[in-house]
Amino acid sequence: MTDVRPAGVDLPGAAVHPRPHADDPFDAALLMLEGRRNVSRREFIKGVIASGVAVSGATYFGAACTGLAPAPLGGGVERLISLNVNGQVRRVDVLPGETLAMTLRYKLGLTGTKLGCDRGECGACTVLIDDVAQYSCSTLTHRVRGQEITTVEGLETPSGELHPVQQAFIDELGPQCGFCTPGQVMSAVALLKANPDPTREEARAAMAGNLCRCGAYDHYLNGIMRAAREA
Amino acid sequence: MANELIGKDFTPPDLHGKVTGRARFAEDFRADGMLFCRLLTSPVPHGRVRDIDASEALAMPGVMAILTADDVPLIPAPGNPILTNEPCYVGEPILAVAAVDETTAQDAIEKIKLDLEPLPFTVDPLESLHPDGPNARSDGNTIRPREGVEELKWTVEDFAAAADGQLPMGEPMVEWSYGDVEAGFAEAALVLDESFVTAGTSHHSMEPRSAMAYWQGGKCYVFGSSQSQSFVTPALANYIGISPEDLVFVAEYCGGGFGSKGGPYPVMSIPAHMAKKTGRPVMMRISRAEENFIGSARAGFQGRIKMGFRGDGRVTAVDLYIVQENGPNSGFGDFNSAAGAVSLVYTPLAMRFRAIPILTNTPARGAQRGPGQNQIATAVEPLIDKAARQLGLDQVEIRKINAPDNDSRYGSRQQSITSAYLSEALDKGAEQFDWTAKRAQSGQRNGSKVIGVGVGSAFHSAGSSGFDGLVRITPDGKLHIHTGVGNLGTYSYASTSRVAAEVLEYRWENCVIVRGDSSRALPWNLGQFGSNTSFTMTRTNYVAAMDALQKLKEIAARDLGGRPGDYDVGNETVFARADPSRRMTYAAAARRAIQLGGRYSGEEAPEDINNMTKAAVREIAGTGLVGVARDNLGRPGTVPALAAGFIQIELDLETGKVEILDYVGVADCGTVLHPQSLATQIKGGAVMGFGMACLERHVYDTQYGLPGTVGFYQTKPPSYLDVPLEMDWGAVDIADPDNPVGSKGIGEPVMGCAAAALLCAISDALGGHYFNRTPVVPDMILNAASGRAQSHRPLQVNTQ
Repeated sequence: MTDVRPAGVDLPGAAVHPRPHADDPFDAALLMLEGRRNVSRREFIKGVIASGVAVSGATYFGAACTGLAPAPLGGGVERLISLNVNGQVRRVDVLPGETLAMTLRYKLGLTGTKLGCDRGECGACTVLIDDVAQYSCSTLTHRVRGQEITTVEGLETPSGELHPVQQAFIDELGPQCGFCTPGQVMSAVALLKANPDPTREEARAAMAGNLCRCGAYDHYLNGIMRAAREA
Repeated sequence: MANELIGKDFTPPDLHGKVTGRARFAEDFRADGMLFCRLLTSPVPHGRVRDIDASEALAMPGVMAILTADDVPLIPAPGNPILTNEPCYVGEPILAVAAVDETTAQDAIEKIKLDLEPLPFTVDPLESLHPDGPNARSDGNTIRPREGVEELKWTVEDFAAAADGQLPMGEPMVEWSYGDVEAGFAEAALVLDESFVTAGTSHHSMEPRSAMAYWQGGKCYVFGSSQSQSFVTPALANYIGISPEDLVFVAEYCGGGFGSKGGPYPVMSIPAHMAKKTGRPVMMRISRAEENFIGSARAGFQGRIKMGFRGDGRVTAVDLYIVQENGPNSGFGDFNSAAGAVSLVYTPLAMRFRAIPILTNTPARGAQRGPGQNQIATAVEPLIDKAARQLGLDQVEIRKINAPDNDSRYGSRQQSITSAYLSEALDKGAEQFDWTAKRAQSGQRNGSKVIGVGVGSAFHSAGSSGFDGLVRITPDGKLHIHTGVGNLGTYSYASTSRVAAEVLEYRWENCVIVRGDSSRALPWNLGQFGSNTSFTMTRTNYVAAMDALQKLKEIAARDLGGRPGDYDVGNETVFARADPSRRMTYAAAARRAIQLGGRYSGEEAPEDINNMTKAAVREIAGTGLVGVARDNLGRPGTVPALAAGFIQIELDLETGKVEILDYVGVADCGTVLHPQSLATQIKGGAVMGFGMACLERHVYDTQYGLPGTVGFYQTKPPSYLDVPLEMDWGAVDIADPDNPVGSKGIGEPVMGCAAAALLCAISDALGGHYFNRTPVVPDMILNAASGRAQSHRPLQVNTQ
């Protein structure tokens, strides 16, 4: 069984990576934002907002707009880091308080990851971090440096073959509106990595962090059980 | 017409994109130089903007523009405004700021000095009806149909006349009746008279209504979150201040709407106005909290219903009064729909209905899945059980004796209906659920837990007519089915398109659905709301395909001899029935259509189609054989969608927790088009119904008018853990006579029947306790179980 938890919780068995360290002043600020130094959730959120959850937008400026970008505001300075996303190392400028969901969607063009609430309530933004399902809206990008990030775009084989969960969701007509689907797919993939042969009850518990307003739960569960059978 | 596709499962073409992340929702579009805008929303429930000082904000580097109510078209009250200088609820957009990034825009919002004059407000309709009660708007507290806002107060005597806990019934705004109501009550063996409250609820679509817009080549491009496509564009163009021809509206996917994105909504035009002002593309991301305010909500009811029953359970008379918590604007006519539902689901021999919508300083209301029908189902269905208990009747039987048949009548004018098979749905569900055996378990104890069973029924009208169909056979032999209905996520855009393939005996692999972008030559269609698509769009696709079929036969007769009537189609060829070797492929016929021109290739179009469809035909003229027609098929009355739900629960008397053990939903939606998507509607609707019955509600603080329920965790939609581990479904599958393939819609009553069934099961587990309130939450259950008084007054709203 898998679960959804905020980034920063050390996972047993996770590989050693160059993670943020308090000796680095930049990382120290990050760790404080993240709550390692008794920063309240409220202050954490304020920090995220103040330091620029939104992308700087520089990616989108055409030549005609040169010079319109503001000086960095809100106390944040972007830092160039490497992220391992879907098996590729991507170089990207990231603000200290930037969430992984925003980095993926607005800097790496990976819009499959959805933002339904941006506050850890709905699960639409679920991605895998070292094979564990996590909410990317509540994960700071700097915190996952050196870890393996998998998004819904990273599941297909290079030849376009779908992951068994994706195929089973098609076969069982899992999605309705489809907005929560990428998150449902990622939670299901994480579940089957940890528990390839779950009971329906175990699958339900593992998926409990992913809301679906269309109420497609029965069909998603059918899909997960089918994927487990056919994998 | 073939019978290869209708009733069979298939993979809808938009499904692959949903599981791979390639599906593009509104916030997934990008444009070079894109700015971001943020909204400044009202911190007060009612106020007037005296002054806006944005000088400091506009001086900030990166801030591009501010947009206020003075910059955008004025929507006449009580319509929902784009931006406003008199906010009428907390969270209502007052102005927008665009900047090079979202952080800068939000920082700029913080620098704006807003001088707001607080005005009186109300979050309780009965309070506003008091002689000296506050009004939600400066000019009144109610709306007279077709006339607008006015003030209406009840008298002290009106309030004094109501017995304790009963709804006072002063002057209504709407009133109708049929039959002899007093005689009906006089002949009744049992008369029940109950007042009730149903709470308002947020739509809670998973995708907030973000939108992006830019201007190019004199046209405005809007990428929005919409259930509907063609139906939305004229009004959206109007909000932007342009003609519909100058709007390109892209709505490929919609992340949930449930009625809140069915029609055009004003805030979608904000990025278009901002893009015009700045000369740059503008993305407006809507947050979850903002969606809670501007994302619409279901109206709440404070109501009273008096029902007379014969000894056999037949309903002799109904007297219904609804006070509707309407939000501050025009809202939606839930109260009318509720009365219509009562008239059809229980077919009372006589009925009187009165109602008044009262404005409140809470989010603007709109249609939410079964608007009115589903609230009234949660209020009346447990009352039907109360009657059954007192008369010694089975809960299924009392519903069947009152259920409509094909000769039943609907609503105030007692209109005819096309078909109704609720009795059959109840029978099928009872068998599938094993009602008799499950009912025998009612009241069984397992420690602190007790078993309850319930059955619920619900209705929504489910079909319209008079819209256009458009298909095209191209020289490569493919059938292009142009659909302007939209894509709200039910797959009905696809299943209804298959009717065109059936008529032309096409292999589905050779069909292409054209949709999602108003520049792709889309016809005028109704929106995806009101459970109408399955009925309405099968008809439009049918008439368009029939037009194409006739043209195929005419072309064949012209080239191969004989009369068009001598020809038939099959294997994507048109051939002479007497001599099948005289044949022409569809591809060849399409090439001939282009050569012939005129009506064959869309150079000419029928007179009676909508201008939007005419423009679409012009767009594709000369590219193939064009089939286009207005749906002029007759429709003799209201099209009923009916549904029955069966449920078994285990209720914990120590915690008030309800666990659903089993659920079966059965639909009367005519011929089943697509079993798999019907299953998702029946089960998904039930899940939403469970939320309505036991979890979700608006709570507003009466002292300050502030919301107590913002976001998912305070008014929670059901999760995986709130629904049964497995759910079952069924369909009556009897054709509706007024649809060419027998189909009717279904999306809405499948929610109401489940909500009602769950409430009935809770009452059943508690020995028949009638709560007079939706939702029923654990503390109410505990109070009822222990015989304590509830912690709220009978007609109180905004209860926890």
